[in-house]
This record gives sequence, structure tokens and C-alpha cells, in this order.
Amino acid sequence: MLDYVTSYLGMNTTPGQAGNVFWALIYILVVFAGVSVAVMAMNWLERKALAHFQIRLGPMRVGPHGLLQPIADAVKLMTKEDIIPAEADAFVFWIAPLIILCASFTVYIVIPFGPTHAITDLNIGVLFMLGVSSLSVLGVVMAGWASNSHYPLLGALRSSAQMISYEVAMGMAVVSAILMTSLNKTGTGTLSMIGIVEAQQQQQIWFLFKFFPFGFIAFAIFAIAMVAETNRAPFDLPEAESELTAGFHTEYSGLRWSLFMLGEYAAMIAVSSIAVTLWLGGWLRPFPNTLTGATWDLVFSLLPGFTFLGLALIAFIGVIRMPKHPYFRIQTMGLAGFAVVLGIIGLVLFIPPVRDRIQDIFWFVAKVAVFMYLYIWYRATFPRYRFDQLMRVGWKVLLPVAIGVLIMTAILGVVL
Amino acid sequence: MIPITTLHYLVTAAALFVLGVIGVLTRRNVVIVLMSIELILNAVNLNLVAFSRIWGLHGQVFAIFVITDAAAEAAVGLGILIAFFRNKETVNVDEVDLLKW
Amino acid sequence: MAPVATGFFFYFLSGLTLLGGILVITQKNPVHSALALILGLLSQAGLYLMLYAPFVAGVQIILYAGGIMVLFLFVIMLVSIERTQREEQFNKLWLVGLLSAGALGALFVLVYAKGTGLFPEGAAPPAESNNTQQVGQLLYGQYMFSFEIASLLLLVAIIGAVVMAKRRT
Repeated sequence: MLDYVTSYLGMNTTPGQAGNVFWALIYILVVFAGVSVAVMAMNWLERKALAHFQIRLGPMRVGPHGLLQPIADAVKLMTKEDIIPAEADAFVFWIAPLIILCASFTVYIVIPFGPTHAITDLNIGVLFMLGVSSLSVLGVVMAGWASNSHYPLLGALRSSAQMISYEVAMGMAVVSAILMTSLNKTGTGTLSMIGIVEAQQQQQIWFLFKFFPFGFIAFAIFAIAMVAETNRAPFDLPEAESELTAGFHTEYSGLRWSLFMLGEYAAMIAVSSIAVTLWLGGWLRPFPNTLTGATWDLVFSLLPGFTFLGLALIAFIGVIRMPKHPYFRIQTMGLAGFAVVLGIIGLVLFIPPVRDRIQDIFWFVAKVAVFMYLYIWYRATFPRYRFDQLMRVGWKVLLPVAIGVLIMTAILGVVL
Repeated sequence: MIPITTLHYLVTAAALFVLGVIGVLTRRNVVIVLMSIELILNAVNLNLVAFSRIWGLHGQVFAIFVITDAAAEAAVGLGILIAFFRNKETVNVDEVDLLKW
Repeated sequence: MAPVATGFFFYFLSGLTLLGGILVITQKNPVHSALALILGLLSQAGLYLMLYAPFVAGVQIILYAGGIMVLFLFVIMLVSIERTQREEQFNKLWLVGLLSAGALGALFVLVYAKGTGLFPEGAAPPAESNNTQQVGQLLYGQYMFSFEIASLLLLVAIIGAVVMAKRRT
């Protein structure tokens, strides 16, 4: 029993490939906890960043600078009354958020945080991710239908039509990235996520810059389609409050609505991870071959520690700028404690053994965090697309451009 | 426990096929009849893939073609259903009994 | 890596598939039938994985469960079938249908009882690591003509469905 547990520790593969169920469960729990924390942090960041974009402050009261606001939101949502509309189909009403949640979270099985830091490495990894993320359309359709009310039905029809339209362009963009993995000596590509990042490492170029500008155009198509796929601004007509009174999740309140929100944010992080893996080099540090050598490796490996020390510095500046009124004493102490915790994490990340192990995970998470900030930035900046404009962009603009990029990538791959 | 042989998969596929045939022959709702046809196609696919484990990948390629054709057939069948529903407001197969109205 | 607990997984997945099939043909509400069919399709994708066919399993999830079933649910929602739930569900000749399906099942049982041992069981299972590459080579090499015909078929189906479902103004 014990050597079943310890036999994995010496191996150099993912737990799924090694067949070790115990360690696979540990990895699943870690990823699940990490995604839940990331969703709460994303919730806070969205409210604060949107507020600062709109020259206001956002939540400031609940914790220092609103840091405990997600916890207050979670408590509020969990204690709300659970209302099911009359004559709504109770079973389908219950199962719709669960389908979206399960579909969004199942994608995390194949996301690689490092060369061996994934739950497993299916050799149809990309196909699996595309397929499972397309199952969330079923949850949306069922949520709209089971609410027995015309606003959710219209919102669900519009939302699901939008999602399946942009899945086509997404799939085409992904295929052109998969084509680039086959440009090695043996001429065989791979669909596995870890294999794609290793192909980028072998060809010594991120697929974003390969066959410039076609890699970039494919990435841009995927980036636009993934925003539409997750029903986020500027493609959020089906769930915008001024349009259809929150669309397919109108009749959901309390904990059920929070499941929808959790599923939506988890889907955002999942498709951003796909984009990072396919085009941005996954866990590879920037400039892996133009800036080589031991000194550059050392410089780049110090960046995680400096990031957390920078965050601690910002928190300390926030502490200094807190009002000196006695009512703010608890908030000041809380923020100072948070700054100290961030500083300790930064200092721990300077220790060489930790520093070497944390590199891959840090670069992957940093790239996904950039995408998350882009999502919030889009929401603050762009006006909403009208639904017919949305469908026109999906079918008449993105799909032809994606097919064109695929053809050009294939031609350049054969010729060059 | 007896090892799982190809016969186990064939028996499952046959059971699915019989269930699909029962659905097609006994239900009145057109949508459920179309879903039973999808069950029949899935049973055939399972048979193909079960045999392809022994005799090469041709079964899997043919299963992919069957899935593609099932998609086309479902689209056309549902289009016919919508066109018919618009005229006669019913989705029952035994009320489709006039050649012209 | 040797397969783990194949007996348990096979009985579980095939049980789920057959349960989905039974629920499709017996449920009164078409949306519940569609949900049961989705359950059956996903467990059938699991059966494909057990048969060393990961590409077909992925295609099944994407196309069947994520595409065709969405189409079915759209049409069910548009056709507004609430009042059909209070009507008679099974048609007048349900006994004849059941008996003929039973005869078909008896035929299957007869064929499988007499026919075991006709195909080789000891063949080595195909490699899983390059299943996608080999399926791709077959699809674009030997079956290229069928592939093009299938794409033409899909085009015809799209045009036909649009023409038929359009409102004649």
C-alpha cells in the first residue's frame, strides 16, 4: 500500500500515465482547490478593475480594499432562498448548472502546468478538451428550457446558437496550431497537450510567432472565439442585464446561480489555458533560445519571487495610504498582515530548490493571468455586439479567415 | 470473472439495436422516433468498433462515416419535422396520414 | 501499461448505455429522453475508449453529444411539446411492434449462440499512441473518395434543412 503511494514519486510522468490512482486524486484535489481560489480572486479582481476603469473605487468596506468581498458574496449566495419556478421541470432545472460545472471542470484533466505537472496526458488531449467544452451548450439549453419562462428561453437559444457558431472557428484555429506540431523530423504531429508544448520547445519558437503572421492570426481568431464561447463581453448579449434580464440564468437564485458563475469563470480559465498551451508556449519561459545561458536562466528564475515581492510592496503602499482614523485600524492591520504573507511567499520563492520546481507552474499561471486581465479589460472597454452582428462575425468573418489561415499554414508547412 | 471478449460488446450492441427498434415501432412522438434511430446507428457503430479491435482500423474509419451521416440525417429529419409541425401542429406519427391537404 | 479493472468498467459503461436506451424509449417527456440519450452516448464514448479507439470516442463526444443532441434539444424547444405529454404515448400497434422486436432479439441470440469462435480472439490489441495518425492516414489515403462524398452529403443536408425549415413567405 505504502509503496503504491511512494512508487510514483520517483517517476517522471503524469499520474494518469503512470496509472497511479491515488496521486491522480491528489492532483485533482489540488487543481480543484486552485481553480476555486482562482475564481474567487477573479471575482474580486473583476469588480475592482471594472471600478477603476470607470473611475470609481469598487468594494472597499468588506475587507481592506474589498479583499474579503468574494467571501461575503459566497455567504450571501449560500444563504439565499432557493426558488424553483412553478411548473418548471425540477429535474432538468437542477441538473443544468451541474452539467455546465462538470463540463467546465473536466477540461482541467489534461491542462499541463509543466512537463509532468498534469493530471494526465491523453493522446487525444486537444480533441477531448474541445469536445467536453462543447458539452456546456447542453447545460445552457436545458437551463433556459427548464425555467418555463420566455426570457430565459430566448436567452438560452441565443446563447447556445452563439456558442456553437464560435466553436467552429475555434476548432479551425486549433487545427492550424496542430498542423504546426507536425513540422519536425519525423513529420508526425500530436494532439496531446504536453506534446504540443514540447513541439514548441523542439522547434524553438512559440507557435504565436511561427509563419508570421499566420500563427498570430490563428491565435487572434482563437482569442476572439474563446471570448464568445464563454459568453463574455463584448459577446454577452444573452446574459446582459439590460437586454434579456440575465438570459438563461434569470430564474436561478442563490447557490444555483453561483454554480453558473463558477462554471463560467472555470470555463474562462480553461479556454485561456488552451490558448496559452497551443500558441504561447505553455510552461516555457520567454525567449528560451535567444537568451540562453546560465545567467539568463538565473534572471528568469528570480522573477516569481520578485513578482510576489512587488505585490507585497503594493500592499504596503496601500497600508501607508490608509486613513489614520481609529475606525480603520482593523483594516490596516489586516492589509499589513496580507502584505507580510505576500512578502513571505516571495522570499520563499527565492530558495533554490523551490525556485527550480516552481518555474513551469509560475510561467503558465502568469500567462493565464494575463488572459484573465484581458477578459476584464474587454468587458470595461468594448460595447456589446447586437445578436445578428455577433452571428455575422462568427460565420462570415472568423470562419473564412480561419480556413484561409489553415490553408496558408499547410502550404507554408510543406514549402518551408 | 470471465475476461471481456468481443462477444460482450456485440451483445451490448444487439441489445441497443433491439431497444432502438422497439422505440421506432411503438412510439408516437416523431422526435423520440428520431432518437431511437440514433440509438440504432450507435449500436451499429459499437459493432464496427468492436470488430475493428481484431481486424484493423477500417471499422473505426467507417464508424466515423456513420457518425457523419447520422448528423446529416438528423438535421434533415428535424427540418422535415419543423416544416410539418408548422402546417399541422402535431408531432405524432400516426396523424401524418394524408398525402395532400 | 496493462488495462485496469476492465470487467468493472465494461459492465458499468454498458449498463449505463442500456439504461440510457431504455429511458429514451420509455420517457413521456421528450427532453428527458434527450437527456437519457446524452447519457447513453457519453457512456458509449467510454466503451469506445475501452476498445482502443480514442479518436472515435472524441468524435462521438464532439459530434454526437455536443452537436446532434444540441440540434435535438433546439427542435424540442421550438416545437413546444408540453401538450403532447398528456396524449397517448404508445401507438395502437404497440404489441405487434414489441413482438417483432422480440423476434429480432431472438434472431440475434440464435446467431450469437451458434457463431462464437468464428473470429480470432487472441489478436494483439492495436497500439493506442498513434491511433489518430493511423486513422488519419486511412481516412485521407484509402478512403479519400468516401471522405469527399461525405462532405458533399453534409453540404446537401445543410442546404436541404435550411430550405425545408424556412418559412415560405
